[in-house]
Amino acid sequence: MPQLEFSNPLIFSQVFWLLVIFGALYLIVSKAALPPVASVLEERAGRIAADLERAGALKEEADRAMAEAEKALAKARAEAQAAIRASLERAKAEAAKAEADQAARLARQLAEAEARIAEARAKAEAAIGEVAVAAAQAATARLIGISPDLARVQAAVADAARG
Amino acid sequence: MAAEGKTIDALSQFALSPIVAGFTNSNLFMLVAAGAISALMILGMKPRAMVPGRLQSLAEVAYEFVAGMVKEQVGKEGMRYFPFVFTLFMFILFGNMLGMLPYAFTFTSHIAVTVTLALIVFILVTAVAIAIHGMRFFGYFFPEGAPVALAPIIIPVEIISYLSRVVSLSVRLFANMVAGHVMLKVFATFVVLLGGLGSLGLVGAAAPLALNVALVAFEFLVAFLQAYVFAILTCIYLHDAVHLH
Repeated sequence: MPQLEFSNPLIFSQVFWLLVIFGALYLIVSKAALPPVASVLEERAGRIAADLERAGALKEEADRAMAEAEKALAKARAEAQAAIRASLERAKAEAAKAEADQAARLARQLAEAEARIAEARAKAEAAIGEVAVAAAQAATARLIGISPDLARVQAAVADAARG
Repeated sequence: MAAEGKTIDALSQFALSPIVAGFTNSNLFMLVAAGAISALMILGMKPRAMVPGRLQSLAEVAYEFVAGMVKEQVGKEGMRYFPFVFTLFMFILFGNMLGMLPYAFTFTSHIAVTVTLALIVFILVTAVAIAIHGMRFFGYFFPEGAPVALAPIIIPVEIISYLSRVVSLSVRLFANMVAGHVMLKVFATFVVLLGGLGSLGLVGAAAPLALNVALVAFEFLVAFLQAYVFAILTCIYLHDAVHLH
């Protein structure tokens, strides 16, 4: 086995060069190769943490804006409802007032009409007396041939009408 | 690379040959591994992109894999030794992986190399333990509360088990890499030898070929696993050194 032929001086020169190469590699790795990796990994971890933090802040802001928008929406809805209710009430009040006016006018007209009817009846009743007087005068004249005195006929008619 | 002649020659792949003076083919592949690691980490991280590309992802995955291992095994204060563990893990991993390429030399299949790496770990761990705990480090070899009468047994056992870390670390890696490459070479030689026996032999050669395909996949797993085991044991030893149990 060539590895165990320790009489071969190459085995020891191999070890010498191993120490040289391994030592050089250690220096290169520790001074030049590893620090950049560490800094890049650190940078990335920092960046990711910062991004996550910013994302969290933005989400919070968005949530706040959302809540505000919802509040505004609810307020607008309430206002709209109030406006609708107010105009409805106003319309109802107007309608009620118009109805009341109408009723009052109708009542007035009814009263006027009733007054006119009463007046007409009174007039008619008065006219009936005159007609009765004239009829009684005419009937008397035709029956007994004399025309009675107007005052006496009137009194008699009034007496009869009084029953 | 396969059979030279009609015999099975599974060991010549481990032979060292000089390139320049004492600089061997093994060292060449160490240099290639070191160059590939540096290129991956330095060129890969060059874009410093927030969203990494392929090479940068690979560099970051390697970094986070080893960093996670160190943090988990040694704890936060163990990150001081992270560059060392990273270098060790990547060096062994690239050595093992490069060895899977045809015609490549697997430097982790040399016991001299794995012992050297294990000794570096052993010396570092011991130095860390003494630097942090001073003389109390030697209490490590005699657990508190154990009966003093047992000291003559416990102390040598603890010392031997402490020293045997070097052996277990180095032999595990060495043996795994050697066994894998010997098996690959043996079955590859079967393919060539059987294939040379005419049409019936070609049919017979299919079996070791299929086996070798599976073995290559398995060896890739072993290549990663052994680098991982070496690194995680280093972390466990560092944990012991930092916390003394």
